[in-house]
Amino acid sequence: MAGASAAMMGTETMKARVTVTLKSGILDPQGKAIEGALRSLGLRGVVSVRQGKVFDIEIEDADRAAAEAVLKSAAEKLLANTVIENYRVEVTG
Amino acid sequence: MKSAVLVFPGINRERDMARALRLLSGREPAMVWHADAALPSGTELVVIPGGFSYGDYLRCGAIAARAPIMDAVRAFAAKGGLVLAVCNGFQIACEAGLLPGVLMRNAQLRFICRDVYLRVERSDTPFTRGYNAGQVIRVPVAHGEGNYIADGETIARLEGEGRVIFRYASPDGMIDPDWNHNGAMNAIAGIINAQGNVLGMMPHPENHVEAAIGRTDGRGLFAGLVDHFNLAA
Repeated sequence: MAGASAAMMGTETMKARVTVTLKSGILDPQGKAIEGALRSLGLRGVVSVRQGKVFDIEIEDADRAAAEAVLKSAAEKLLANTVIENYRVEVTG
Repeated sequence: MKSAVLVFPGINRERDMARALRLLSGREPAMVWHADAALPSGTELVVIPGGFSYGDYLRCGAIAARAPIMDAVRAFAAKGGLVLAVCNGFQIACEAGLLPGVLMRNAQLRFICRDVYLRVERSDTPFTRGYNAGQVIRVPVAHGEGNYIADGETIARLEGEGRVIFRYASPDGMIDPDWNHNGAMNAIAGIINAQGNVLGMMPHPENHVEAAIGRTDGRGLFAGLVDHFNLAA
């Protein structure tokens, strides 16, 4: 079924989101640059910006616990570098 | 010296590396595709070259580090085989767990493409026996993510065990923030693993091996490796 999403095939899918953020204390030059750009737009009250990544993932044929286990494994093995990053897994439905 | 140069999609320094290896060792290196599961038999040196594997998607080196050939490289390194990882290769080696730490975005957010000065911290490794400890060499860098960081414990261990091999320095070998182009912790430009057989470095010694190009400061690294294997034979 390459090329066709599970939803198109009519099987049960779960939607999930993995959020990867830099650990506190890790220098984030990109976040700093974005912070400076927001200030230069005249937006008031921006104290600091840290940037990160969001992965929206569809999982098929899984219950909630199994989906969470797969996503945790995906985050540990590839999506996050746990030397510098934290991740959060949310199964959204 | 029988060497193998790994090739990933998006790598672009593999031919420079092959040229330097051919010039200094007199042997043609094997070019090894990322999807291969094994290194050529008799491989003595694996080189992970520079470039932009997988377009630097996700994190620099992250996807290449999970390629099939990397299992073979990890097994080769675990048995004491020598691995030289340059630029994107250094990023791949860190992502693959062959070396500690991470190469982050340069502190000034700019891609840096220029010659830098490196202080060679040790001459008693297979990679640096062609230099004297404390010697300053001039070699090019070309990277946007070369800012080496690791947690405090890792940095203390690297320093305590003498595993920092190259540091960004002034032309007379002083360590100074003005000469630490990418903001790396402790001006780290290159490190070695605990077993002493995997070297990762951001600069490109392979680009300064021919007088026609201007400088030959990178020759010592390759000539030293050739000596290492000749003496072992």
